[in-house]
Amino acid sequence: MKDSVNEAEFQINDYIRLDQMPHFLCPGCGHGIALRALLWAVHELGIDKDKLAVVSGIGCSGRLSAYVDANSFHTTHGRPLAFATGLALARPDLHVIVITGDGDSLAIGGNHLIHACRRNLNMTCMMLNNEIYGMTGGQVSPTTTSNRYTTTTPAGNTEPVFDACALATAAGAGFVGREVTMQVTGLKNLLRDAIAHDGFSFVEVISDCTEIYGRKNDLGVSPEMMLSQKAGMRPEAYRNTVDVPFKPNALECGMLAKNDRPEYGATYRAMVDRIRGKGA
Amino acid sequence: MAKRINLQGNQACALGAIAAGCTFYAGYPITPSSEVAEAMARELPKIGGTFIQMEDEIASMGAAIGASMGGLKVMTATSGPGFSLKQENLGYASGAEIPCVIINVMRGGPSTGMPTRPAQGDIMQARWGTHGDHAIIVLTPASVAECYSETVRAFELTERLRVPVVVLIDEVIGHLVETVDLDALKPSRLVTRKFADGPAEGFEPYAVTDDMVPPFPRPGDGYRSHTTGLTHLPSGFPTQNPSKAEAALVRTTDKLDLHADLIEAVEVAECDDADVVIASVGISARAGQAAVADLRSKGVKAGLFRPKTLWPFPEAALKAATKGAKAVVVPEMNQGQMVLEVERLLKNKSVHGLGKIDGEAITPAEIVTRVTEVLA
Ligand SMILES: Cc1ncc(C[n+]2csc(CCOP(=O)(O)OP(=O)(O)O)c2C)c(N)n1
Ligand code: SF4
Ligand SMILES: [Mg+2]
Repeated sequence: MKDSVNEAEFQINDYIRLDQMPHFLCPGCGHGIALRALLWAVHELGIDKDKLAVVSGIGCSGRLSAYVDANSFHTTHGRPLAFATGLALARPDLHVIVITGDGDSLAIGGNHLIHACRRNLNMTCMMLNNEIYGMTGGQVSPTTTSNRYTTTTPAGNTEPVFDACALATAAGAGFVGREVTMQVTGLKNLLRDAIAHDGFSFVEVISDCTEIYGRKNDLGVSPEMMLSQKAGMRPEAYRNTVDVPFKPNALECGMLAKNDRPEYGATYRAMVDRIRGKGA
Repeated sequence: MAKRINLQGNQACALGAIAAGCTFYAGYPITPSSEVAEAMARELPKIGGTFIQMEDEIASMGAAIGASMGGLKVMTATSGPGFSLKQENLGYASGAEIPCVIINVMRGGPSTGMPTRPAQGDIMQARWGTHGDHAIIVLTPASVAECYSETVRAFELTERLRVPVVVLIDEVIGHLVETVDLDALKPSRLVTRKFADGPAEGFEPYAVTDDMVPPFPRPGDGYRSHTTGLTHLPSGFPTQNPSKAEAALVRTTDKLDLHADLIEAVEVAECDDADVVIASVGISARAGQAAVADLRSKGVKAGLFRPKTLWPFPEAALKAATKGAKAVVVPEMNQGQMVLEVERLLKNKSVHGLGKIDGEAITPAEIVTRVTEVLA
């Protein structure tokens, strides 16, 4: 994988399917900003669109794959990492990027996420965390903040939340990071490093579902939600100063973990070569 | 020189898959199908293929489809509870027309049931297990040699037609060891899906072609197309336009009607003059074969009708085979599934079920007794 090489100016229209516009996201939805940052990162890395495979699950987040001018696969709810695992093993020549939601990857697809982290197969998983099931009309998710209102927590959320990055780190993901959509350049840089990493990279994007979650909890419109997310960030300088392994909703941003465990596809292919008497 | 070896049904499925060009397997262990995975784990690396044991059956179905989306010939295998878990993604493969082969070695159900005991309780699930109207093909081998050859045929059909193909075997056939001649079974030609090779400009991944099987856009070949489980237009993008949605759905099922000759396969034995026809699949059909011989020796004109392609059900062949028969008996290791289809197709005939769900295979003697009752 090439490091940042492409000096040409990023034009989003070079990477999206204009014939699929207008997109279906609500005005103010953070998912669109995340997609922009992702495509910007793809651009900076100089990835050939023919070799780009975008695999998504089901949700508002899942619908994004249809807008990317690449090989795109809109799969089933919670399972994009499973599909992507087959695709990445079958086609190591492709750059596989998974787009998923907090419900998609932490609830129904939680098992696939931890095993994808453990295997460390080369792909990037961008999880759009809007703390809600946006697509289905605003039900509680594994990341909904305590006491917040959703259609299935009419008296406020009583369940504790997941720290997705802590989960991914513990499960062994090669690269883990988090960023808010307000910091779109930082998000782009983080995604670029994640894609360039040889192994499984996981990036949690703090997105916003203005239309449903924001409205239901009086969080204001999109800019206000984004500003408060940014204000809730823990500055990088304080990272790791407090030894709390489980930090619900702690908004530590940037790259949070990185390891150089062997990439799984290469490990498997080396075994195949050994069996076939080809390897060193 | 003929290469005659003793082989188990499950292992024969694996060898058939490799012979058909399968290079990717994803699975999750479950009795009585695990030998398929074990054989694939051994054989695939030797040919440069990929084996992966996923975290569950949902993931293994997903990974297999993912690899097929990448252009490879793929397979997964499972039993009972695992087959239930695969259903959602199986429906995805049907809707998005992604070739894949699924071996389901039937065991006693429901739920965990009788894991090591044979059953044929998934006959209807294999046809209707995933939600919604959908196209699917189901093959039912009845011997070790057929486990091999029907798995080869499963790959030919799934690659040719872009429809998921289930190879439905029961525990007895899966664990049966018979002597087979592998050289004689080896496919003489390999069938591989038609990959798109025309201009990328204006390419429609689900265009309506003469054969109703659109060419497959391989990632990396420049088509950059979209694949979705949402009902989609020829362009690949979702639609809810009633007439367009219906046309798209109907094409995937019409496709099977158009290629019925390619899909249909039956064994018909001694039905020409038969007063009673035994219609059955898998190990129950093997018992039926023995019952026919026994009945014939007693002067009863019996015949055997055995679908090798169970779904779409070989309607015309059944009607032809039972034309002169007074009665049809359907032995199956369930409470009566295939018999429903036979009754539906033979409305004016006397059709009788013979169900068994005690975890034991149906014996020839039980079939002879049932036939004698029916003819009395
Ligand atoms: C098996 C299955 N269960 C439930 C659904 C319904 N469903 C669609 S999207 C979704 C939740 C999506 O939430 P999330 O992953 O957070 O994505 P968002 O819409 O918030 O981006 C659910 C429950 C489904 N499509 N499939
Ligand atoms: S419902 Fe929420 S998550 Fe979905 S598009 Fe609208 S704002 Fe975005
Ligand atoms: Mg969400």
